[in-house]
Amino acid sequence: MPNGMANANVAESEPGIPWLERLGLRSGAGVGVAGWGRTALAAVVSVIYFFPVFWIILTAFKTYEDALAVPAKFIFTPTLANFGQVFSRAYSAGGQAQNTGFALYFFNSLFISGVSVLLALLIGTLAAFGFSRYPLKGNDTYLFMILSTRMLPAIVVIIPIFIMFRVTGLAGTYLGIIALYTAFNLPFAIWMMKSFFDELSLDVEDAARIDGSSDIGVFFKICLPQVIAGLAATAVFGLILTWNEFLFALLLSGVETRTVPVAMSQTIGGDIGVRWGLLAAIETLFLIPVVVVTFVLQNQLLRGVTFGTVKR
Amino acid sequence: MPPPDGLMGRTFQFRWDNWPAALALFVVGMAASLATLPPAASFWLSAALAALLAVTLVVNAWGRHTGGLLVTPALMLLFLMNVFPLVWSLGLSFFAYKANRAKAPTWVGLENYQKVLTDPDVWDRLQNTVTMVILTVSTQMIVGFLLALLFSKQFPLRRYLMILVLTPMMLSFVAVGAFFRYYYDPTFGLLSQAVRFFTGHPYTLMGTVWGSRAGIVFADAWMWSPFVMLLVLAGLVSVPKYLYEAAAIDRVAKWRQFVSITFPYIKGLLLLALLFRTIEAFKLFDLVFLLTNGGPGTATETIALRVYRVAFENNKTSESTALAYILLFTVIVLTNLYLYFANQRAKEA
Repeated sequence: MPNGMANANVAESEPGIPWLERLGLRSGAGVGVAGWGRTALAAVVSVIYFFPVFWIILTAFKTYEDALAVPAKFIFTPTLANFGQVFSRAYSAGGQAQNTGFALYFFNSLFISGVSVLLALLIGTLAAFGFSRYPLKGNDTYLFMILSTRMLPAIVVIIPIFIMFRVTGLAGTYLGIIALYTAFNLPFAIWMMKSFFDELSLDVEDAARIDGSSDIGVFFKICLPQVIAGLAATAVFGLILTWNEFLFALLLSGVETRTVPVAMSQTIGGDIGVRWGLLAAIETLFLIPVVVVTFVLQNQLLRGVTFGTVKR
Repeated sequence: MPPPDGLMGRTFQFRWDNWPAALALFVVGMAASLATLPPAASFWLSAALAALLAVTLVVNAWGRHTGGLLVTPALMLLFLMNVFPLVWSLGLSFFAYKANRAKAPTWVGLENYQKVLTDPDVWDRLQNTVTMVILTVSTQMIVGFLLALLFSKQFPLRRYLMILVLTPMMLSFVAVGAFFRYYYDPTFGLLSQAVRFFTGHPYTLMGTVWGSRAGIVFADAWMWSPFVMLLVLAGLVSVPKYLYEAAAIDRVAKWRQFVSITFPYIKGLLLLALLFRTIEAFKLFDLVFLLTNGGPGTATETIALRVYRVAFENNKTSESTALAYILLFTVIVLTNLYLYFANQRAKEA
């Protein structure tokens, strides 16, 4: 269990509170111990940092009038009406409640990011294993180029893809956007998974080979079980990246395949009469997975946000 | 049974690595099905035979070219979705073409580049972009660094407080753009209310050139300073403790310890953070699109937003690809620098 051990070595630095450290940030093992004074300062900073998110969540529970109240209301009677209206509401006063399509948009976001991440993980893990264990001539050049494609400004790639998709009829279809997102996630998956494969000790693999395991056997029985944590982290990061993606979705998704960010941007569209409580409710629903994931992924956050180029 | 000799013998063996047989089957089968079967059926039969051919080729090459086989699907997909479009758009940038016209592209040579490079608007947008990149990246670096110093020591509840700081980085630009529109609103926005509390007048941040720039920079720096914090923290933690202990015994002053012990350990990561954030800031599109849409006037229109406008609002497709290539060039230079330094660091570790 190399990954478990890598996490556990953090615990040695702080024997007093092992339960805290075992769960704690691998990258933040601390260079000394400070007291509650530091906690107080950090608490103030953290609360300021989190406040914009907190305020949106609060606004989601406000009525239309409360959301626009001056001075801003900290104490109010919470309502769940906004959340219901995300999915079905009347567009004019006294009109019939209509389906807003948000159920479909949430499904689209989940479905498109889910499938594309799964595909990227499949193709990417194979490629990462190849790059890690069977280096090609010019291995580093390939890897450099792969990561370069991820750093490209989306706007540069989108123009020809837009034309390409229109010509082939892929624009507005699930197939098109999933193929594009798979390619979008692939460099990330390759670099992340390679950084995990690189960390494994080769001794076990060599031993298995001597005992007669085939290359495929080594991959499935020895390597893959050791990088389960890496697979999970890569998958979840990919999900978040795709979940948040906006420009590709704006230009390439159709009415039926629209994702939440695009639908959300269209809800803000008009300047007059934006229903902030409603928008806040959409955002709260949209943010929940992200906040939960941030909490779960702490140990891999550094590696994830730098595409595996910085491990710790 | 002894193995049959000669090419003919090998060709008719039933083995998974027998690709010549699969190729022959594919050619014959496709020709026969195209001639006899309806199109849909012949398509699926040909596809099945092509898959069989692919399988035999893979089995045949396994062991000798394992690495190449493993990376091929990934490279093919990236080629199809990234390299090919980029080459296409490079080609397109030498033509006059509008995506909303049926007219075929006509060759114009370097005219698009000439048009873009002599356009004062483009230089103005480039200036906007550079201004905002400098402002937002320097803010992120300073704030992120201070955050890292704050969180570098162990203290009670550190882990939970850190999550609160790290959350913004994982949000989407759409959500953040929407948040900050609400906060910057002149009547009921929190910012305006806070200003009114002190001055008695409501405050419109997004009405002025520098106000709207500051608004974007603030939102972007809020989102991304935790990223700098994470990288700096990684550097701070990598400093061996005995160095500080030795310095303490020698009574080295605190600032001196920082300059000669801490800084060498974090400078590589600081450089990575700087480059990474500069690349991302150069591409800044979503946040500006949602927060100001380039306004007031064109004060916050970044080069990426300009490309979008030219391509999808003015439909000057080929002109926009020329402009995009200038943006691309900048980002590629920065990316190569980033990867060079990341690689250096990986080798040291």
